[in-house]
Amino acid sequence: MGRMRNSTFWAAAFAVGAVFFGLSLLVPNDYYFFAGYVVLQYIVLATAWNILGGYTGYVNFGSAAFFALGAYSTVVMYKLLPLPVPLLVVIGGVISGAVGLGMGYLTLRLRGAFFSIATLALAVVVQTLITNWDFVGGSRGAYIIRPAHAPLLGNYIQYLFLVMLVLAVIAVGIARSIERSRLGFGFSSIRDDEQAAEAAGVPTLRLKLVATTLSGALMGMAGAPLPYYVTYLDPASGFNLAYAVNSIAMPLIGGMTSWIGPIIGAVFLGTIQQLATVTISSALNLLIVGALLVLFVVIAPNGIVGLVESRLRARRR
Amino acid sequence: MEISLDLLLSAIMAGILLGGFYAAVTVGVSISFGMLDIVNIAHPAFIILGSYAAYILNASFGLDPILAAFLMLPVFYALGAAIYQIYHLVFERRGDEALRGLAFFFGLLFITEVALVLVFGVDYRFVNAAYVGITLHYGPIDLPLRMLVPFAISILLMIGLQLFLSCSFIGRAIQAVSQDRLALQLMAANPTKIKRIAFAISIATAALAGAFLIIIQPVEPSIGRDYIGRVFAICVLGGLGSFPGLVAAALLLGVVESVTSTFYGPSWAPAVAFGFLLLTLALRPAGLMGR
Repeated sequence: MGRMRNSTFWAAAFAVGAVFFGLSLLVPNDYYFFAGYVVLQYIVLATAWNILGGYTGYVNFGSAAFFALGAYSTVVMYKLLPLPVPLLVVIGGVISGAVGLGMGYLTLRLRGAFFSIATLALAVVVQTLITNWDFVGGSRGAYIIRPAHAPLLGNYIQYLFLVMLVLAVIAVGIARSIERSRLGFGFSSIRDDEQAAEAAGVPTLRLKLVATTLSGALMGMAGAPLPYYVTYLDPASGFNLAYAVNSIAMPLIGGMTSWIGPIIGAVFLGTIQQLATVTISSALNLLIVGALLVLFVVIAPNGIVGLVESRLRARRR
Repeated sequence: MEISLDLLLSAIMAGILLGGFYAAVTVGVSISFGMLDIVNIAHPAFIILGSYAAYILNASFGLDPILAAFLMLPVFYALGAAIYQIYHLVFERRGDEALRGLAFFFGLLFITEVALVLVFGVDYRFVNAAYVGITLHYGPIDLPLRMLVPFAISILLMIGLQLFLSCSFIGRAIQAVSQDRLALQLMAANPTKIKRIAFAISIATAALAGAFLIIIQPVEPSIGRDYIGRVFAICVLGGLGSFPGLVAAALLLGVVESVTSTFYGPSWAPAVAFGFLLLTLALRPAGLMGR
């Protein structure tokens, strides 16, 4: 997989997506689309988090804020001028990307831990602003009425699923091409030793700003279709801490050094949580994520990908 | 909006009392983050744990919540020592604390919160003590004892800790480890042991802060999150690891928050702390009295 050409990768990724979508059309039950949408959304979130967290080593605790900004930009557009979902995704991405840029500009000159704490703070500030903003429903929340017919497919939930699937393919593609570019090498030099990178002439601040902007934008894009998915959005669900935890836990558990890690983590944790929510309870669900997160950082710091790689290396010897 | 002087005065007074409590909440993080460089973002979760410990002892044995907190000090101290031991073995020794250490504490935050939800549910819990309902009046200013008692003990705690750090042998060793770890090692002291003691003390303060919290307001598991921003805002604003700076920053934040929620409504109060934090980080990362 290591030496695959870029064009081949994109073709393969879209083919995998198309096959996946085709297979899911065979399932007669809409529930699979609901569940699949959530898992795909987490693939986008985890990949977005990993562009900043995994590649440059800056931990973002505020994923929920970027995600919710995307969702709320859709609510605003819905009230002003309803647009098709793909355009809303672009708008959500632009807004969250701009906030990511501003955020990075304010805090990235400080040590890593300050950045992380500032992202926590950002999440609360944004949530307070949205809660006090009556135009988007304030703390009461906002209702979204879906159009009767979705473009292309007719069935709305299948349409949203398709949008998220395309978004996931794009996000993973971006992450993968970063990994193999000058940008990616710049990112990993920041992660490994920021001072040395700076001394060697890597424009660290500019690279970090690229990472926060890109990462924020993808999170916003993941959030933009949410109001149409849930049809009712309030601050408590949009800013749900589950998004923040999952977008950290998934790359950490899957493996942060390559684009495949967040996918593995998202599919693994996302599926477990869907099963736990259906069979046990949603409170326990977060306990599972927290416990797995601690377990993995303690026992397998390089995630599932790291475990597999060391197993392969041992066998080759 | 018309601002009456009486209202402003009592808002400021309430803010000062609140600020004293914030100092007790923050002092643990000031030790762990400010002195030991351990980003313990799970500290507010341990404070909530302290609240529930006080609640259990109060509800089942009728103990005074603050007395209960003092009884819990050794338990929290041991918990802190155990957590540091894991943290040291797994992250510090590997030199891996930055990213995975943060994720570790983030996970602990979650586990604690969800475990409390599973055991106690999401109902608000409160404690009973003789002074909880009493309020002193001085002209326009009200001094509710449920704020005044935590304030007073919290100030005593700060003075006690400051004396401990600057006068006792262990306290000075803790300051040494925060200033120059290598030099301490050359003096044949064991930095790991001293950091373990310091971290254990920082978690022990959470038992007291938790008791104050549940005296001041009813507690449910997720309110700890509201304190993450406050705690770090105060800690950074106070200039990492300086106790006088910490108290000044805590009082300042208490007053600003109290005035905001009196005149603009309590739903704006959380944004104050975090806004403060963002501004501090952007404009003056060394804090009010920074070195």
